[in-house]
Amino acid sequence: MYRYDEFDQQFVDQRVTQFREQADRRLRGDLTEDEFKPLRLMNGLYLQLHAYMLRVAIPYGTLSSRQLDRLAEISEKYDRNYGHFTTRQNIQYNWIKLEETADLLADLADVEMHAIQTSGNCIRNVTTDHWAGAAADELADPRPVAELIRQWSSLHPEFSFLPRKFKIAVTGAPADRAAVKVHDIGLRMHLSESGERGWEVIAGGGQGRTPMIGVTVREFLPEKELLPYLEAIMRVYNLHGRRDNKYKARIKILVHEIGADTFRDEVEAEYARGSEIDIAVSQRELDRIAAYFAPPQFEELPNWSPRNEEHKATNKEFAKWVRSNVAPHKQDGYAIVNISLKPEGGIPGDATADQMRTVADLGRRFSFDEIRVSHHQNLVLPHVRQEDLFDVWQILSAADLATANVGLASDIIACPGLDYCALATARSIPVAQSLSRRLADVERQQDIGPLRINISGCINACGHHHVGHIGILGLDKKGEEFYQITLGGSSSEDASIGKILGPGFAGEDVPDAIETIINTYVGLRQPDETFLSTLKRIGAQPFKEALYETV
Amino acid sequence: MKLFKDNQISQDTWTEIGDDPLPAVGDLLVSYSRLSAEHATLTQLPVRLGVIFDNAERAEVLKDHLQSLSLIVLAFPSFGDGRAYSLARQLRDLGYTGELRARGDVLPDQLQFMMQVGFDTFEVSDRFTEQDWRRAAEQISLSYQPITGNKQDIWQARHAYAEALREQPHAG
Repeated sequence: MYRYDEFDQQFVDQRVTQFREQADRRLRGDLTEDEFKPLRLMNGLYLQLHAYMLRVAIPYGTLSSRQLDRLAEISEKYDRNYGHFTTRQNIQYNWIKLEETADLLADLADVEMHAIQTSGNCIRNVTTDHWAGAAADELADPRPVAELIRQWSSLHPEFSFLPRKFKIAVTGAPADRAAVKVHDIGLRMHLSESGERGWEVIAGGGQGRTPMIGVTVREFLPEKELLPYLEAIMRVYNLHGRRDNKYKARIKILVHEIGADTFRDEVEAEYARGSEIDIAVSQRELDRIAAYFAPPQFEELPNWSPRNEEHKATNKEFAKWVRSNVAPHKQDGYAIVNISLKPEGGIPGDATADQMRTVADLGRRFSFDEIRVSHHQNLVLPHVRQEDLFDVWQILSAADLATANVGLASDIIACPGLDYCALATARSIPVAQSLSRRLADVERQQDIGPLRINISGCINACGHHHVGHIGILGLDKKGEEFYQITLGGSSSEDASIGKILGPGFAGEDVPDAIETIINTYVGLRQPDETFLSTLKRIGAQPFKEALYETV
Repeated sequence: MKLFKDNQISQDTWTEIGDDPLPAVGDLLVSYSRLSAEHATLTQLPVRLGVIFDNAERAEVLKDHLQSLSLIVLAFPSFGDGRAYSLARQLRDLGYTGELRARGDVLPDQLQFMMQVGFDTFEVSDRFTEQDWRRAAEQISLSYQPITGNKQDIWQARHAYAEALREQPHAG
């Protein structure tokens, strides 16, 4: 894992001092709320419906046990003993006092963390594959490059007042778990025939009000050219992105309005112009960063653990959990453990302080001190010996963290919605809760197969409903909440935007409607067909017929 | 208008001409449209020449004028409109070495960023004191990105240390 050196630490400490002074000015009344707003937003502090909310950056979703312990401690010291993990691999605290925020930021800085650029019209926390460095299908660990981008984009003088927020995602695997095609910039690693690393640069994707799939700007960019090339894209966007309407200000609108070819020409022209300031990735710096991400000291083990097999054979619950929540590791004898934060009837992504400590402790004992946050709002222990899976499962079970639903129907992504958010038009959490109760039977979920249900409480789409296999969008019609359903979205390498099925439903009717959609799929699928492939083959019509005749 | 320049507040010596007839003396500040229309006349005058450049223009159009310009003024219509940061970078990249001035919604909290991309003078109101501006100019001393002037960025500083050791034949 990356560790701050003296420079990184001093940089973050200075930011805390600066914020403390700004917050004091606000509390004394020397700054108006309007003047304070952009300053607090640069440090991730939002004013929500009921209180301040602080969003803490978890760069590329990687945490040490010490850091997760600190996040637990912070939730007790400054909040109500829980935190909310988000789809951007961050954590949010919902009940923060302005008077205490600088102290909270100092507690974060102490464990090499910060909240810089988790809001505002700047380059946000860079995200990546939550299985980075562990996944069996990976070409190489993308996190050194993600860390390089974190440093380069931190308080970037030229790109801190963009037309709108800007999100960069990076993946080093062919199976896209980082949703690179629906980010402002997505980077995807490829290897040349000679084994040299390069990056496919995708720009102009996004969700929100106007969902779009990104376009490839460069097929294979040599790694050392990465930062200068990113600067060229950012400069074209900063100069030409729309600033007259915040809903048309994301880079996807620019790419769409001038067209992919013109956009590409602009970027290439800007890149060819060159700069007197050389920001090309120095191999020395990249090597320095990469050394922190060297694989842990794995033991030489057979890729088969008799102890694990025996427990699976004798304990049905454990076997179900392994089937849903454990994924193959690149190292023989090891496995990736996914920890569901979606218990039956729970709030997606919420974890109590005690749960965070349990996971931190598991990380320390069983996963080389590493924990990941996934953009599906779950946690991951990336490097667990197969031999230890049963012990890990028992400890998770005792902490109510062993729900065996990762990647299945009740592993629902949901935004905070109208329960917390000032922008929401409808509640998301209660819909997710009632759905997860309805779909709770794990054996049935495993029979249904991989299914992504995503819920947003307004058209800003923080709950990623556009890329849910089944998407649910909460809207407000004359004071009544109602929910629109979309089918066919995906954020993976086959990225697509879901299409609206028909008229919306009242909140209490959503579980029935989703049930009908699932049953229709199960009734019409062919052997080994996923939800998306069935939908592709038969189209939306059978679903519409089932839904609007029976509900 | 007051300026924050060379770490102190001073009075602006430039005269903004607008559409008025051209005086034959002084430091003359004209719009880009007037500069391009009357370029020949303007460059003959025994004066220093400056231009107010619009954020919607492309930096390249100034390329042939840069030798004759002593001042370029870029505007921040609001502090959140960051186009001038990129224009400043482009103008410096094109080789412009004269005065680069920020006007409009210029606040101490953004001063560091402006200095880093190449601005060296700032039009300021009476709302903030000279002390406020000086403090702002020093606020964040560390940066990952290259800084104009003689400070080192983090990436350079980090490796300068290692490099010094490497150059000593028997170090370490």
